[in-house]
Amino acid sequence: MLTIGRTWIRELKFGREWSLRDHILTVEKNGLRTFLLERDSRIDKIVISLARPGESVRILCVKDVIQPWSKANGEPAGAGLRQVLSNVTVVTCGKIVGFQEGIIDMSGVGASYSPFAKTFNLVLEIGVVKELTARQHEECVRETGLAAAEFLGKAVLCQPPDKEERFASLAPPVDPLLSRIAYVYPLLTQGLLHDSYLWGKNAGNGLPQYIEPHLLLDGAITSGNCVSACDKNTTWHHQNNPIILELFRRHGRDLNFVGVLLTCEPVRLAQKEEAAAKVIEIAGNLHLQGVILSKEGFGNPDADQMMLIRKFAEMGVKTVAISDEFAGADGCSQSLADTTAEADAVVSVGNANERLLLPPQAVILGPISDFTRLAGSYPQSLHADGSLEIELQGIIGATNELGAQTLSCREI
Amino acid sequence: MTMKSPYRIIYCLNQFFGGLGGEDKADHPPCIFDGPRGPAIMLQQRFPEMQVVKTVVFGDNYIAGKTDVAVAEVLALLKNSIDFNGADAPHLLLAGPAFLAGRYGIGCAAICKAVQEEFGLPAVTAMHPDNPAVAEYRKEVLIGVAEKDVMGMEEGLQRMLALGKKLIHHLPLVPEEDNYILQGRRQNYFAEKSGAERALEMLLHKITGLPYQTEYVMPSFDRVPPAAPLVDLSQARIALVTSGGIVPRGNPDRIESASASHFGTYAIKDVAALTPEGYQSIHGGYDPTYANQDPNRVLPLDVVRELLQEKVFGSLHPYYYATVGNATSVAKARDFGRDIGQRLLADGVQAVILTST
Repeated sequence: MLTIGRTWIRELKFGREWSLRDHILTVEKNGLRTFLLERDSRIDKIVISLARPGESVRILCVKDVIQPWSKANGEPAGAGLRQVLSNVTVVTCGKIVGFQEGIIDMSGVGASYSPFAKTFNLVLEIGVVKELTARQHEECVRETGLAAAEFLGKAVLCQPPDKEERFASLAPPVDPLLSRIAYVYPLLTQGLLHDSYLWGKNAGNGLPQYIEPHLLLDGAITSGNCVSACDKNTTWHHQNNPIILELFRRHGRDLNFVGVLLTCEPVRLAQKEEAAAKVIEIAGNLHLQGVILSKEGFGNPDADQMMLIRKFAEMGVKTVAISDEFAGADGCSQSLADTTAEADAVVSVGNANERLLLPPQAVILGPISDFTRLAGSYPQSLHADGSLEIELQGIIGATNELGAQTLSCREI
Repeated sequence: MTMKSPYRIIYCLNQFFGGLGGEDKADHPPCIFDGPRGPAIMLQQRFPEMQVVKTVVFGDNYIAGKTDVAVAEVLALLKNSIDFNGADAPHLLLAGPAFLAGRYGIGCAAICKAVQEEFGLPAVTAMHPDNPAVAEYRKEVLIGVAEKDVMGMEEGLQRMLALGKKLIHHLPLVPEEDNYILQGRRQNYFAEKSGAERALEMLLHKITGLPYQTEYVMPSFDRVPPAAPLVDLSQARIALVTSGGIVPRGNPDRIESASASHFGTYAIKDVAALTPEGYQSIHGGYDPTYANQDPNRVLPLDVVRELLQEKVFGSLHPYYYATVGNATSVAKARDFGRDIGQRLLADGVQAVILTST
């Protein structure tokens, strides 16, 4: 049994000491900065700022978003009480490593597309020393963000949460007439800055595997990848996977949730075929009626998703796949890089090529000089008045393929 | 002073509805009349704010048989009788409804397409979804849904008019309300439920056999048959093309790192091999570290030069073409491919080494 204890705040501010009182979270900036600088000598500079819902703030070149958490020492993974700050995040940003950082607007039209316009964000702009390779740079920023989120959680999550949500074991039998459903959860594992991490280790090896969903809700997966902002599954998305939460809610009532098949999205065709075959092999022992397939990224991972849909159809298991689209700015292009006739039930989470004009924001956090190199922007993106013309692709979480958003796309 | 009618309309009909005659007049070339005829009279009576200024009538055999010629004749008739830039310029062209009549449908849709391109004039037709013209024209022409036969005349007229007003006033089309044939354009909207909730609902429906609707219908994939193999490689002229984003350092054409809007053309006549000082990757979809260390890893000019020296092939095209494949739509990629292909053909290139990432 895992219990997630959620606490919400109504204000986030800096102050002389850490506190969480009356739903007001106070961050002691200097202590946090010192802690982060001391734990990693590769950090050159760190600027800590706040971005709150509705504020005229734009965060540029965002790498990851993490939900602060706390767990008592000694409690096993996937069990016990995990406390989280439900509407607070740590956002890491900084100079571009892999072109695929993104933006968060806290107000204006851009705010309606990102989940992080509604959260109180502690923003870390992290600079690293010159000698680092791109991989070391990415690693430094990733680990710093995670350390900050854990530090923050530990500092303030010491009283009872506002709300407790219990996730019981899936083992006790439910009504045998309910459909047996599994979730196939692919992680981007293409190497070369397109990696995800399972228990802190690169997930490229050892997948696919069956995994208890409780472990996933307890923070087993962290993001390290530089895929486009719109469909990058940030660490926050992995911590709050909406498919897992929805499957738990309906477990024993509408369906029988039998667990998660964690799989990979490798580059080579032979690896893709091997991974799909392994998923099917594991699934064969679960006596499934249905599978939900999520995705991370686009283009190359379209092939992984289509391959799985085809193979599940061959074994008589019904699938629904979640995918975003790249239908061109005018919406007239074919949306995917691969298709299969068996993909007859697809949830579209939006056309990432749609262009938006985002109004100027009073405060800019993160490196503006790098902005026009971001995936989703173009050389003339930044207008003289500070407004931005970008593709939806550039907004963190806009077309999340775990289905976190309400955005969809249709033919008109 | 007389009140001006708010909507001036050009109407298009086939020989039958336009009152020229039946099948015996089906080969009649297009002609133009002042004021309304046939269904256009009915339209004007029902909706007094509509003023049909001209009616074009065409034989439907004639227009379906040689569509290009017939449409050009229609455009000429309109040009000669209407000032499209004047104070009395028309607001809208309506054609049909063509119901299930294939030749009539082609005529209506082809004229709509031509006038919106030629005069920038909003144009609407209506027909039954099974009319053969639908498949050919639905993406370019706004087609209202009509019944199979003339029993649906009044409804068809109303529908065309409602759609026409939307076009005139630039109002968005709403698929579930406006009764038109979808135009193949993907548009974002906010649904009531999250993607995860929608996915689970869809799955439960699919498993239990309840109706569900996919949110993206798989396209029929465009498979390109490979060209015939080269007969004699030693005489062949070879070109290098890449979607891996290798460009001269500094990215002079400012090709985007994702969703590229264009490709670049770069001379390599005097380049022995790509150097990290001279070239770089600007592709946003992969870690460019190794391509930047040695750009030949993505665009293999070094090896190609060696093979040329060994006379494995005849000659190397003196330019290479580069773009970025990352998030670039299939339609754009197809345009790039056509454009580059035409240039290569014009320069006598027989084969391409196409590298991606």
